[in-house]
Parts: sequence; structure tokens; C-alpha cells
Amino acid sequence: MVFLVLIGSPLLGAVVMMWFGARRWAPEANVLFSAVTLLGACAVSARVVVEGNLTFLHDQFFIDPFNIFLATLTAFVGFTTALFSRPYMRIEIERRHIAKRRLRLYHSMYQMFLATMLIALTTNNLGLLWVAMEAATLSTVLLVTFYQTRASIEAGWKYFILCGVGIAQALFGTILVYIAAEKVLGAQGVNALLWTHLNAVKGQLEPRVLSLAFVFLLVGYGTKVGLAPLHNWLPDAHAEGPTPISAVLSGLLLNVAIYAVVRCKVLVEGSLHLPWPAQMLMGFGIFSVVVAAFCLWRQRDIKRLFAYSSIEHMGIITFAFGMGGPVANFAALLHMTVHSLTKSAIFFTVGHATQKSGSQLMDGIRGLVTINPAVGWGLMIGSLVILGMPPFGVFASEFLILTTAMREQPWATPLLLIALGVAFAAIFGRVQPMVFGETAAKRLPHPPALIPIFLHLTLVLLLGLFIPPYLAQWYRAAARLIGGG
Amino acid sequence: MSVASFVLQLLNSLAAMLLLLSFAMLSQRRVVTLVNFLALQGAILCAATLLLAWRTGEINLYLSAALTLGLKVIFLPWLLHRLIRRLDVYWDTDTLLNIPGTMLVGLVVVVFSFGLAQPITALASTATRSAVGIAVAVILLAFLTMITRRKAMSQVIGFLSMENGLFFGAMSATYGMPMVVEMGVALDVLVAMLVLGVFFFQIREQFDSLDLERLESNEEEP
Repeated sequence: MVFLVLIGSPLLGAVVMMWFGARRWAPEANVLFSAVTLLGACAVSARVVVEGNLTFLHDQFFIDPFNIFLATLTAFVGFTTALFSRPYMRIEIERRHIAKRRLRLYHSMYQMFLATMLIALTTNNLGLLWVAMEAATLSTVLLVTFYQTRASIEAGWKYFILCGVGIAQALFGTILVYIAAEKVLGAQGVNALLWTHLNAVKGQLEPRVLSLAFVFLLVGYGTKVGLAPLHNWLPDAHAEGPTPISAVLSGLLLNVAIYAVVRCKVLVEGSLHLPWPAQMLMGFGIFSVVVAAFCLWRQRDIKRLFAYSSIEHMGIITFAFGMGGPVANFAALLHMTVHSLTKSAIFFTVGHATQKSGSQLMDGIRGLVTINPAVGWGLMIGSLVILGMPPFGVFASEFLILTTAMREQPWATPLLLIALGVAFAAIFGRVQPMVFGETAAKRLPHPPALIPIFLHLTLVLLLGLFIPPYLAQWYRAAARLIGGG
Repeated sequence: MSVASFVLQLLNSLAAMLLLLSFAMLSQRRVVTLVNFLALQGAILCAATLLLAWRTGEINLYLSAALTLGLKVIFLPWLLHRLIRRLDVYWDTDTLLNIPGTMLVGLVVVVFSFGLAQPITALASTATRSAVGIAVAVILLAFLTMITRRKAMSQVIGFLSMENGLFFGAMSATYGMPMVVEMGVALDVLVAMLVLGVFFFQIREQFDSLDLERLESNEEEP
């Protein structure tokens, strides 16, 4: 039952918002639906803590240590972003950047997007996973083009066609997995695409077909992760939409895509017993980290800057999953959590900062501390956190990843260190004048949403100091499940 | 000749026609004809699915054939024709590579696809497994179509042709994916096309053209 709340609430929200999304109380209703989703997620996690792994609806959906914390995280960030979007969208309407009736589309698609991500995370069926991933793209395309400017339409088109083609490759990969699975699990089995069933027999799956499948799956879902050189759509899509959407795209959707890649990697590795899938992950990961770090230097738009930072962090996570083994996997899972919390917090502050100065260009944003100290310090602290300053959680996970890399893959350590250094210089150098410095900008008509920002940053701080035992236990169990190394 | 081998022959010739159509799409510059080819490809896919359904008695395949008929033969071509008329995009003349060059690359792609399909063909136990190579070729040729075209409309048609290839591949190697998945995929394609309809109008409003060349203004260099 609680599971139906988790999936049903955003779906219901999407339908309700289609009609009432432009009403005066719609932003509050949006928050309410997200809050119910979060409650559902908490209830499901409570059950997992008590009862262990669960399956729902004839094994079509399942919860294990790997997806439970991601689902809860998704519901949580979905809720806080709804809180943030309330004042943000009101200001956008008052400034006549968008017509009020367009909020129907916005709210409906926001809920739909949450629903598709939660389905993708909890489904046991690799086919449904694909369907949900594609639906997640589709529900956000019209939000990327929300302002209907030239740049946003270009970004939307790139997002639509590149992710569409990418995801078509993933469908081919899924079909290949099905071909191999059908041999083992029986013809016409509705079970032949269920991950738990596949995982049980992964040693018997035909390795040649699965290795072919993995290439397609990695390229397909890797496009959605934003792995270089398939990352072209990401900075545009993250920069052009409304900022709440940038926050969920960056903080949540990328996680879901990585989740899909790792699920597939587990099956392929179990069948192949060869190191190359892991090596491919490491290669793509390192390449993304380096490319993103150097692209950071050329950015002038603040949202593009942090979009490239997301690519960098996705690269780090992919690399860590490629290394495999209990420690690296643990660190990657932790990094997924803290990156998602930090990056969405940064986008919240960026949203308010751009509204204050009326520009997304970094040269136009100055002196945030003087106009609104909370937003200014939020951006400063958020940036320091994402750059890996101790004692925050990002430091802990990056430290674990680096030390493991030194031991297991020494060749990668200098590359990682250089990239992290370059990223630090690029981001810190840009953020510093935006936060301090002179300004003449005015206050905002609605008080900015500060609670989500500092809630996220506090959680990241806590995760850096102390990981709750059940969470650590989930991470460890998931790390064992993912294996490798 | 027995019925079974006759059906198989028929299926193989349908597969050959799919491949032929892919080449035709690669070289076609009139967008309306491109849509007609797409519809024809859908119809062939539908016929092949029906034939296979009758041969194997799988209910799933009948449903899949109905889905293909409704979506890919009737609805999407109708939608695309409507869009072409309303948006006034009839020609996609300047391709990235000239036609003979594209055809040559296409030939290489087909040879490559058959190589790629080798392990799948070896594993599959269906009677139609030899068609898997053709399915892979259709997918990659559609990919090539997307790469070489400039107009948004032709890229979308390439994308749909790729989807046809994917379904044909699933059908010939495993007699179709589980029904839930097929329905989900069809739903996604449908929604994608509706989103696309909205999109085209937005593009035209802002750019006065569906030429993607003009869509390259987002700069990153300072």
C-alpha cells in the first residue's frame, strides 16, 4: 500500500495539476503532493529497515538497498525543490517572464517528472526502466523550452533528439538482454526482463550477446548521465529551463541514469567475468571529469558553469563504480547522495541570485552578500562544498574515491587531482566576486526560499561527519550487490 | 514447397523490402515521400508481425501488429503529413554528404551490421533469426539518415525509422518483447510525437524555419 502512495501521489498530482495548475493555490498543492510522495518514500524505507527487500505488484517493482535510498533522496529533493519553486515561479510571473496559465504545464510536468523517476528507480523490469527513462526526458523537454526563447528552444531540441537517439540505443541493448535472457528463463516469459530473476541466473547468460548489449546500454544511458563525449545536450538543457527544473535535472535525473547503467553493469559483469565493462566505465568517467573541468574555464553563464560541474561529478561517480569493490562502490553511492543534495542547493541559490540581478551571466551578478546575505553565503558555502572542502560529505566521498584510486588504479590519480584542482580554481574564482563585490541590485518582491538551501547543506555536513547506521548498512549492502573490483 | 518454408520465404522478402526502404529513405529529399516511405515501412513491419503471429499463434504478436498498424501506419504518418502542410516544409535538399556518398557509406554500414548481428543470430532459436542482421542494418541506416540531414522533420523521420528497426529486431530474434514493454514503448513514441508537434511550432515561431543550421547560436566561448 505505502508503495502505491510513493508512485501514485506524483501521478495523481500530474493529473490534478493539468487542470488546476494555474490556480492561486497551485504552488502550495505542488508542495503538498511532493510532501505526500516524501511521506510515502519514508514509509517504504521504514518497511525496508524492518523487513528487508520488498517486491510489489507481482515482482514488477522491487526495493533493495541500492534503490531505496535513491528513491527517498528523489522524493526529498522533489519536495524541497517544490518549496523553492513556490517563490521562484511567483517572481517569474510578476516580472512577466511567463504567462500565468503556463504554470499548468509547469506543475503538471514537474509531478510527472518525479513520477517517472520514481518508477525508473523502483521498477524491476528492465523494459519498464527504459520506458520510464524516456518518459522522464519527454516530461522535461517542454520545461526546458519553457521561456520560449531562441536559446531555450535550441536547448530543448538538442535535449530531445540527442537523448532520444541515445535512449534508442539503450532500447536495442535491452532487447539484446532479453534475447539472452529468454534462452535461460524460458520463452515468452514476462519474467525474462525482471532484474532480480536475471541477477539470479546472470552466470548463464550468453556473454557475447551481453557484451554487445552493454555497449549499447552504456552509450544509451550514458548519454543521459552526460558522460563525455555524449554530454552536449546537458549544459544547454540545464541552463535554459526554469531554475527549479535545473535543480531536479542536475540533482536527480543524472542519478537515475547512473543507476540504470550500474544495474546493467552488474548483469553484464556477472555473465562476462572480464574486466572490460569496468574499464569502459572508468575510461568514460575519467574522460568526463577532465573534459568538464577544462570546460568550466570557458563558461560565462552561471547555470552552465554548474551544469559542467555536474558532468564532472557524474564522471567521478562513474569512475568509482568502474573501480568497483566495497570501498569505491560505497564512496560512489555516498557521492551520489551528497552531490544531489549540494547541487540542488546551489541551483536554489543560483535561482535567487539570477532573479536579483536579472541576468544569468556571471559578470552581471555581483555583491550577493550585501543584498541578501543568506543567499550569498548559501552560494559560497554550496560552492565550497561541491569543490570538496572538509568537513562536508563531498569531501568524505571524494577522499575515499581518491585513496582507492591511488591503491587500485594509480594511473588515474594524477588526472583526478589535476581535474579537481582546475575545477576548484575555475569555480571558486567565479563565485567569489559574485558573492562579495559591489552591487546596486534591489530586493526581491517575495522572500526567497532559504529553508531548502540550508536544509540540504546541513544534511551534507551531517553526512560528512556521521552517516546514520542504517544508511551505512544500505550503502554497504548495495556496494556488495554492485560488486566488481 | 511446404507452408512453413513458404512463410519463411515471405518473411525474408519482407525483411529485404524493409532494408530497401531504408536505402530509399537515405536518398530521398522530398519530405512528403519520406513520410510515405516511413508509413510503408510500418506497413511491412505490421505484415511481417501478422504473418509471424499466424505462424506461431502468439497472441502478443497480434496485439503488437495492431499497435504497429494504429500508430506507425495510420496515426504518425497522418500527423507528420499535417505538420508538413501546416509548416510548409517540403524539401530537405542540402544533406551533409551527397547522395552517392551516403549510399556508399550505407553499404559499408550494412556489411558491418551483419557482422554485428552474428552472435545474436547464433543465439536466437527463432525461425526468423537470419533477419536480425537486416534489423540492425535498418537501425544503423536510420541513424545515418539522422546524421546526414539538416531539417528537423527528416531527423524525426529517421528516428521513427530507427524505432521500426528496433521492433523488427525484437520480433525476429524473440517473437517480440513482453507486452508491457511494447505498450510502454509505443506510448513513449506517441507522446514524443505529440511533444514534437508543439515543438515544431515553437521552433518556427522563433526561427522562421525548421532548418537546424540556424539553431546553432548557443555559444560558450567568451
